[in-house]
Amino acid sequence: MGKGKKLITGIIAASMLLVGLTACGNSDNNAGSNSSSSKFDSIEQLKKNGKIRIGVFADKPPFGYVDSEGKNQGFDVYIAKRFAKDLLGDESKAEFVLVDAASRVAYLESNKVDIIMANFTVTDERKEKVDFASPYMKLSFGIVSPDSAPITSIDQLKEKGQKLIVAKGTTAETYFTKEYPDIELLKFDQYTEIFSALKDGRGAAIANDNTELIAWAKSNPGFTVSIPAFGGQDTIAPAVAKGNTELLSWINTELETLGKEKFIHEAYNATLNEVYGEGYTDELVVEGGKIE
Amino acid sequence: MPNSGIEVLFEGSNFERLLGGLLVTIEISFVSIVIGTVLGVLMGLLRTVNSRPLRLVLRLYLEAFRIIPILVWLYVVHFSFSPMLHIDISGGATAILVFSLWGAAEIGDIVRGALESMPKHQVESGHALGLSRGQLYRYILIPQAVRRMLPGSINLATRIVKTTSLVVLIGVIEVVKIGQQIIELGVIKAPNASFWVYGFIFILYFIVCYPLSRLSRRFERKWQN
Repeated sequence: MGKGKKLITGIIAASMLLVGLTACGNSDNNAGSNSSSSKFDSIEQLKKNGKIRIGVFADKPPFGYVDSEGKNQGFDVYIAKRFAKDLLGDESKAEFVLVDAASRVAYLESNKVDIIMANFTVTDERKEKVDFASPYMKLSFGIVSPDSAPITSIDQLKEKGQKLIVAKGTTAETYFTKEYPDIELLKFDQYTEIFSALKDGRGAAIANDNTELIAWAKSNPGFTVSIPAFGGQDTIAPAVAKGNTELLSWINTELETLGKEKFIHEAYNATLNEVYGEGYTDELVVEGGKIE
Repeated sequence: MPNSGIEVLFEGSNFERLLGGLLVTIEISFVSIVIGTVLGVLMGLLRTVNSRPLRLVLRLYLEAFRIIPILVWLYVVHFSFSPMLHIDISGGATAILVFSLWGAAEIGDIVRGALESMPKHQVESGHALGLSRGQLYRYILIPQAVRRMLPGSINLATRIVKTTSLVVLIGVIEVVKIGQQIIELGVIKAPNASFWVYGFIFILYFIVCYPLSRLSRRFERKWQN
């Protein structure tokens, strides 16, 4: 019977393990995302660890991407490296954690990163879950039109026969439907479609996020971003875990200091210039954490 | 065909990076399959034991993995479970944990199915010969059951290999993610790169999964004779 006993003990042990695992998993599931109990590291702790974990994108050039040598690059990364240098004395002490758009909040809430700098747009919904520092970039809508028939004011689009091209589901579509119901919209599903529609002359202009348009116009001669910025303005800022005021105020002071040496302009020149070209820094860059 | 995009595969260290990513994929799947098989066989044996509460618990465990998507498990373990217990487990460890538990649940079901499908006379003959329960399993049931388990297990193994592509969402950089990084980097310069990169990844997955199905076919043939 010795064998039988062992078997039974084994069964009990194994089943307890399993119950434990599944039960924990399920109760966790209910707890959902409000894991506010999770702590974050103080600046002193970061210094002791000799590293700061910064969440960045790996596939969103030119903001955060991995180059063909496997190194992190981009506008966000450029600024993040400077943060690491000023906080811990060396930019190599930035440990980049590659995040994707949907889990940026979760990374902060579960203390898997110290700062998120992954082109994180400030929204009221996100503000409830994380703390945003001062912005380093701003975004708004833009309008691109052919050089032969430039659209330099939105009123021009109200004339009869002038169609405005938008992509379905974008904030630009919502904006025009709400604010300018008398402008005739031509809607497409894909980004590639809106651009070919403009080239074919099916519409007078495209309205979209200005960054997309600026980048496109740069590689398509004959088209210009004739209205570079209008409508609601979004900002992009570093974010820290809710309640991490120590790191938050350090970042804000840091951005102010960097503003004095025009560091964000330097970051723009080093990373975004290639894609957006010169002349759009004022539309995109926020220096010193303050929007004029 | 100028600028077809295939050259993107060999730019910089892209090729090595893709292979490195494949290694991550293989590592996670291999470790998970091994752990999952060991736990799963144990679980399958337990599920044939004549105890209602035990069977119920194991059944619930299996259903938990069948009903809740693996992605949700990964999220729950990575973002809620580990901070709640104040242990910082890496994305890779989370992946191995979740895939092992999933593998154990499924292998357990396969083992149970194989054992239960044994004709009753096999058990009765065993008893008639005076074999103990242990001996019955060791000499009669398990050797026969293994043959019935094989197709299902290999199928599961290839499913695990393919499902590892979800781990990018908890920050593990495996072959698909590296492919996406390469594609996004060249989106303006080489817009057709995605065809080549995904094509290459297809071949890589094939190289991993094909030997598995070959292996299972060989065993099946061997045991037929």
